Amino acid sequence: MHDKTISELSRSLRSGDFSSVELTTHLLDRVESLGPHLNAFVTVTGELALEQARKADQTRAAGDSGPLNGIPIAHKDLFCTDGVLTTCGSRILDNFISPYDATVVGKLKKAGAVMLAKTNMDEFAMGSSNENSCFGPVKNPWDETRVPGGSSGGSAAAVAARLLPGATGTDTGGSIRQPAALTGITGLKPTYGRVSRYGMVAFASSLDQAGTLTRSAEDAAIMLGTMAGFDPRDSTSAEKDVPDYRATLEDNLDGLRIGVPTEFFDDGLMPANKTAVEEAIRELEKLGAKISEIHLPNLGLSVPTYYVVAPAECSSNLSRFDGVRFGHRAQEYDDLTDMYKKTRGQGFGAEVKRRIMTGTYVLSAGYYDAYYLKAQKVRQLIAADYAEAFKSVDLIAGPTTPTPAFELGAKTHDPITMYLNDIYTIGANLAGLPGMSVPCGFVDGLPVGLQIVGPHFCEARLLNVAHRYQQVTDWHTRAPEMTVGGTPTA
Amino acid sequence: MTIEWEVVIGLEIHAQLATRSKIFSSSSTAYGAQPNSQANLVDLGYPGVLPVLNGEVVKMAVKFGLAVNCEIARRSVFARKNYFYPDLPKGYQISQFELPVVGRGEICITLDDGSRKRVGITRAHLEEDAGKSLHEEFQGMSGIDLNRAGTPLLEIVSEPDMRSAEEAVAYMKGMHTLVRYLEICDGNMQEGSFRCDANVSVRPKGQEEFGTRTELKNLNSFRFVEKAINLEVERQIDVLESGGKVVQETRLYDSAKNETRTMRLKEEANDYRYFPDPDLLPLLITEEEIEAVRSTLPELPDEKRERFCSEYKLSDYDARVLTASREMAAYFEAVVEASGGEPKLAANWVAGELSAGLNRSGTEIGDSKVSASALAGLLKRIADCTISGKIAKEVFEAMWDGEGDADDIIEKRGLRQITDSAAIEKIIDEVITANPGQLEQYRGGKDKLFGFFVGQVMKATQGKANPGQVNQLLKKKLA
Repeated sequence: MHDKTISELSRSLRSGDFSSVELTTHLLDRVESLGPHLNAFVTVTGELALEQARKADQTRAAGDSGPLNGIPIAHKDLFCTDGVLTTCGSRILDNFISPYDATVVGKLKKAGAVMLAKTNMDEFAMGSSNENSCFGPVKNPWDETRVPGGSSGGSAAAVAARLLPGATGTDTGGSIRQPAALTGITGLKPTYGRVSRYGMVAFASSLDQAGTLTRSAEDAAIMLGTMAGFDPRDSTSAEKDVPDYRATLEDNLDGLRIGVPTEFFDDGLMPANKTAVEEAIRELEKLGAKISEIHLPNLGLSVPTYYVVAPAECSSNLSRFDGVRFGHRAQEYDDLTDMYKKTRGQGFGAEVKRRIMTGTYVLSAGYYDAYYLKAQKVRQLIAADYAEAFKSVDLIAGPTTPTPAFELGAKTHDPITMYLNDIYTIGANLAGLPGMSVPCGFVDGLPVGLQIVGPHFCEARLLNVAHRYQQVTDWHTRAPEMTVGGTPTA
Repeated sequence: MTIEWEVVIGLEIHAQLATRSKIFSSSSTAYGAQPNSQANLVDLGYPGVLPVLNGEVVKMAVKFGLAVNCEIARRSVFARKNYFYPDLPKGYQISQFELPVVGRGEICITLDDGSRKRVGITRAHLEEDAGKSLHEEFQGMSGIDLNRAGTPLLEIVSEPDMRSAEEAVAYMKGMHTLVRYLEICDGNMQEGSFRCDANVSVRPKGQEEFGTRTELKNLNSFRFVEKAINLEVERQIDVLESGGKVVQETRLYDSAKNETRTMRLKEEANDYRYFPDPDLLPLLITEEEIEAVRSTLPELPDEKRERFCSEYKLSDYDARVLTASREMAAYFEAVVEASGGEPKLAANWVAGELSAGLNRSGTEIGDSKVSASALAGLLKRIADCTISGKIAKEVFEAMWDGEGDADDIIEKRGLRQITDSAAIEKIIDEVITANPGQLEQYRGGKDKLFGFFVGQVMKATQGKANPGQVNQLLKKKLA
């Protein structure tokens, strides 16, 4: 049953093929046997999950036929979960038990979803390989010597390995789409403001957005439908109705105008990836889409712009981790300043420190105009590029990443090379646009992702295109061979 | 040659806005609760929480802006002021920096001698207060109380327009009156609801350029503002006259020792790394919202003062005293209305006996033991000559002590004024007969003794004789 998607599981639960408790027990077994191997989880909430599953079985018997009722999922470990450890992959929060649920967590709980685990991640969502977690790197289920991508690497690896049918993630510069691409699953980053950020530990507030990691576009539609919506506790969430994302999945793509930015097909794109993505675009053409070439002239500036804006916001967002009220505090210190220095020095990892320092620098008196203010201006130029493009096309398609999953440790020595891994995804965050990554092929046995990006609040259209594509392809159904003690289990 | 120095002062007033809940969270702002009992997850800066702006706060800021003819920004921006301190939970304070909600304006202040002066307002912006660090209660540790964290503040920044400590105090008093008129701040200085920092510098008279300024912190009473500024002015002049230079720094006023001392030098000042808070959208205020607030503006102190002068024919001084608070003005007008006229008499009593009584007992006028209608009852008896002004004071005391209304007390104590000319004449005759020596001296030219006879008559009547009649009749009899 672990091969089934959320919509398939939901049907099975409703028709009584198995109960949520049976499903949860089965997945818990897999999580316990395969999870440690991949290091995909920080916390497995087995007892809580079984309790929620029992409750779901009862409410289903009482008539609750919601599509997520009784479906086990996992949350990236930066969503606050009431009474459960919420670490953000950081030593500074390695003892932090949240006293409340994030809005996203609460909505999924209310819909009957069963929380089975909290997933490993790059510390405070800063990273593209999941090697920045204080709990160690997550491994890619397709090749355990390789990274699963980041920062939602634990969620991506768990869904790809069929340990769970779906998981939440967050995407600040590609942290859902990039790991989805590298693990062969479907990743959706909604429009900025579509999903509440309340209870989602902030990395870069103007870029962070919660989304989904699933095995199909249909499942993403189910999860987003529950997660999205205005939240009075988040001033930046949009006061906009949530459409029925599943209702338009089957719409035909006749005449859909898809733009392919030439800037996405640069020298950095590995030829084999390019071939897979081009093939996927031809497939969309066969489905009725009209393909044309477009330009995003300022795309090349997106990585440097991002690495000013995001660190600036993070340097301030992470100030609250000071050892005073919660989280790690140094054991011994001389005075207040020493307590701050030791607590934060011990609590944060190298990449987080690098970004706090970069952010502090770009906001400093005398440097603010040259860095932060200029980056904000460039950000507007990049957003204007997209707006201009959407005058002539409905969606933009291209690669999600320049290469398939790279080897563990391959880029840890060189942050710039690591940062460039997000070159195709960061633009959508800077412009606040929704984007998806859909599996579109393999290169040397490693998955490749097709990225589609659209105007603000066009999630329904993105899901529709992804769903139609998945009806004529089977890349998303391919599963990695998972072994426990040498026995294939897939 | 001695230099004549000119003092330059600008004030930053922090007025705590009188909302029920905090600026970015739903916690109560009530004062005096158990430590940390009014701090929710947002106030505690927990991971994942977000601020949501309290709309009341915006209305109050707009109200203030309209009252001092300031520009109201149609778009203003909340910014983060970053620094580490244990009573600042998020590691940043949400404030406004480049784009404040209230822009330029001015206020007219009245000095003690009655002269008036315009003081420019640079801006007023919204921000959240920090918590409190408690260093004394804990051995070798510091306690943190976050009840105050997130309390809404309006920081009102003046131009450096004041030229003496006296002017600074007058400005602060003017603001204090205004914010209470507007009902946006309770003005309670002991509880820290209204406090100020002063920027002080001196320059040789005639010089256009400002001298180096210092910032004085912790000025939580009018008296401290005056004392601290005078101390600082003296200190700066001493430094300059002995050939030194004033160092730009923040100084703390210690009221117990009556001294100011260095808190931090400019070089030690934090780089606050202000930037727009990405958790809050820019604050947009529409024309309709401004007009809606405008319609709630009360009569302002200046308007009221002018009306009191023209409508009640009061002196500027009386009008100023009576309009010092909205409650006092309302009390006065209630007395005038209930007593059916005689505003001058009402003014004297409200500003005199009543205010003295309130001050002595430390009572607010709203809780006065003598209500406006009761005082009006007393004034009626003065006006119709039932009692004299002097006896009225005795009646007032009794009213204050809860012995009943004016008529009861006059009746019970037999204080009704003697206005019967025959009765008064009879007493005068007795007094004259009893003091033949004084009579002789008076008639011999010692006019001053007239007062002696008045006194004797009043004494004989226990003060109840109508003083006017006594004077008139005595003059006749002694002639």
